[in-house]
Amino acid sequence: MFQSRKSSIIVRRLLQAIPVIVLSTFIVFGLLKLVPGDVAVTLAGDNASDARIAEIRHIYGLDRPFLVQYGSWLWKAVHGDLSSSLVSSESVLSSIERCLPHTMLIVVLAMLLALAIGIPLGIAAASRPGSWTDSFVMTIASLGVAIPNFWLGMLLVAFFSLDLNWLPATGATPISEDFWDAIRHAILPACALAAGGVAEVARQLRSSLVEILSSQQVRTLHAKGLRPSSILWRHGLKNVSVNLLTVISLLFNRMLAATVVVEAVFAIPGMGNLIVNGAIHRDFPVVQGVVFSMVLIVVTLNLLTDVLYSILDPRIS
Amino acid sequence: MTDTALAIEARPSRVSKFGKWFRSDLRGAISLIFLSILVVMSALAPWISPYSPLAQDFDATLAPMSAAHWLGADDLGRDTLSRLIYGGTASLYASFLAVFVAILIGVPVGLVAGYLGGWVDEIISRIIDSFLSFPAIVLAIAVTGALGIGLTNGMISVGIVFAPQLARLVRARTLVVRHELYVDSARCFGASTSRILWRHVLPNTIQPVIVQVTLLLAGALLAEASLSFLGLGIQPPNASWGAMLARAYQNMEISPEQMYPPGLAILFTALAFNALGESMRVALDPTMKRR
Repeated sequence: MFQSRKSSIIVRRLLQAIPVIVLSTFIVFGLLKLVPGDVAVTLAGDNASDARIAEIRHIYGLDRPFLVQYGSWLWKAVHGDLSSSLVSSESVLSSIERCLPHTMLIVVLAMLLALAIGIPLGIAAASRPGSWTDSFVMTIASLGVAIPNFWLGMLLVAFFSLDLNWLPATGATPISEDFWDAIRHAILPACALAAGGVAEVARQLRSSLVEILSSQQVRTLHAKGLRPSSILWRHGLKNVSVNLLTVISLLFNRMLAATVVVEAVFAIPGMGNLIVNGAIHRDFPVVQGVVFSMVLIVVTLNLLTDVLYSILDPRIS
Repeated sequence: MTDTALAIEARPSRVSKFGKWFRSDLRGAISLIFLSILVVMSALAPWISPYSPLAQDFDATLAPMSAAHWLGADDLGRDTLSRLIYGGTASLYASFLAVFVAILIGVPVGLVAGYLGGWVDEIISRIIDSFLSFPAIVLAIAVTGALGIGLTNGMISVGIVFAPQLARLVRARTLVVRHELYVDSARCFGASTSRILWRHVLPNTIQPVIVQVTLLLAGALLAEASLSFLGLGIQPPNASWGAMLARAYQNMEISPEQMYPPGLAILFTALAFNALGESMRVALDPTMKRR
């Protein structure tokens, strides 16, 4: 009985995700409609031959009605055919396969850093609200939100690469080739990316912990004579750990966005590099491909969070 | 006569209320003063900056701080202080433009979804959800790529990307307000839907919007810096803080100090917008007063 209710929640979540996924693909394709003037002429660039314009028109099927264009694009996209670059004519899917691991390595490393630093800071702040520790942590958090990631990256390069010569300033190594070298290259970008994450984790954890620690239930535990540390660990953290899931999935979305600029600082050939070059050269299949794959990653992750959430938290039904 | 008496009485009380807030919330007050100075400086840029932001002094390329160039000069010998002031004008203009676009799209959409409810709300909410699952800057870059590169197009894109956040907020607030008695009574008196929305619902949803808009200004400032750093925002030779950082980064090994002025300017301005937003949230929300 209990099991079947859980699984029906999961099925319902899956069904709810479908309209979001469909609408997202519609937005990705609809980007093309924002191109001013004749899309084929604009995308072909200056001094393009008529044959080239006709070719682009054919790629997008621009002479057909919009919904038919969208349908055929979506059909090809779900079968892994994201068309090919208008500049290098490399298949967009293989570009993404080449670039995505670099981006994911930085994002995952940044996420681990954000949790490893943010969680202790949040606990320290919440266990004594209003203290010096608390205001120190909250100041760090405000700075972490306001500092431009790429500027932090530049500062890190100036200090750790140029002054101390500890870590490489730019470039990346595929993790499949040399694990430790890949990590060495990813440390500074991950630190730059993690600043906002540390702030977000510390803040969220602090506010939900403070709320729980000031609740009636916890006051009763104090009255019963339990040690404050055991109240914090057993009752406080157990209750807020579920909230952390939501923060993680939100952070993932933000970090995927922020990594685009951080990659530019560290000259990492990741997804950011791909989409920025695509946007500058109006290489639209590449731009659409990157946005499409990123939104797919985010939606999948959100779904996974929702499912985990409903499994972990018995109150959700 | 009674009106005048009331007006005279109301005036000092408003001033003293402001003074009380000023003393009770030092962080918010400092932020407000900082931002006001910034706006005034941006408006007066042509009169207060020591040089033209485009004037090149080839004897001063990558010069350190000096009496002639207070903050040094960039690789083309352009005065950093002047470019910082002009760049501030561009960065602030860009932030306000993006947030203006977000308000223009987000507020009406949220009002309509929340007030009409039903299938209209269902569809609009799903569209908002979809937009929110895009990483913001990535979508902004894609929209800029479509519209064409440049500061104005870039910030319109950022505005489009921010709009769903406002729409969701306004929708949630409208859902609460639309069942209030004054809305019902306006409807009974035969007011049209647009009049109800404009005169009765909008004024009562505006407070959280003001807070969110202030926070979004910080986000827009960081987005402008990111886009211009990537070369998708402001185009040379014009300056914005993000573009100055890109320039400074190219010359980092020779003259690392060039990256401090624009970076600190972005950091402090974003901090001020965030702090002001938080202050207003506390000031406008009676339930948070006790903290």
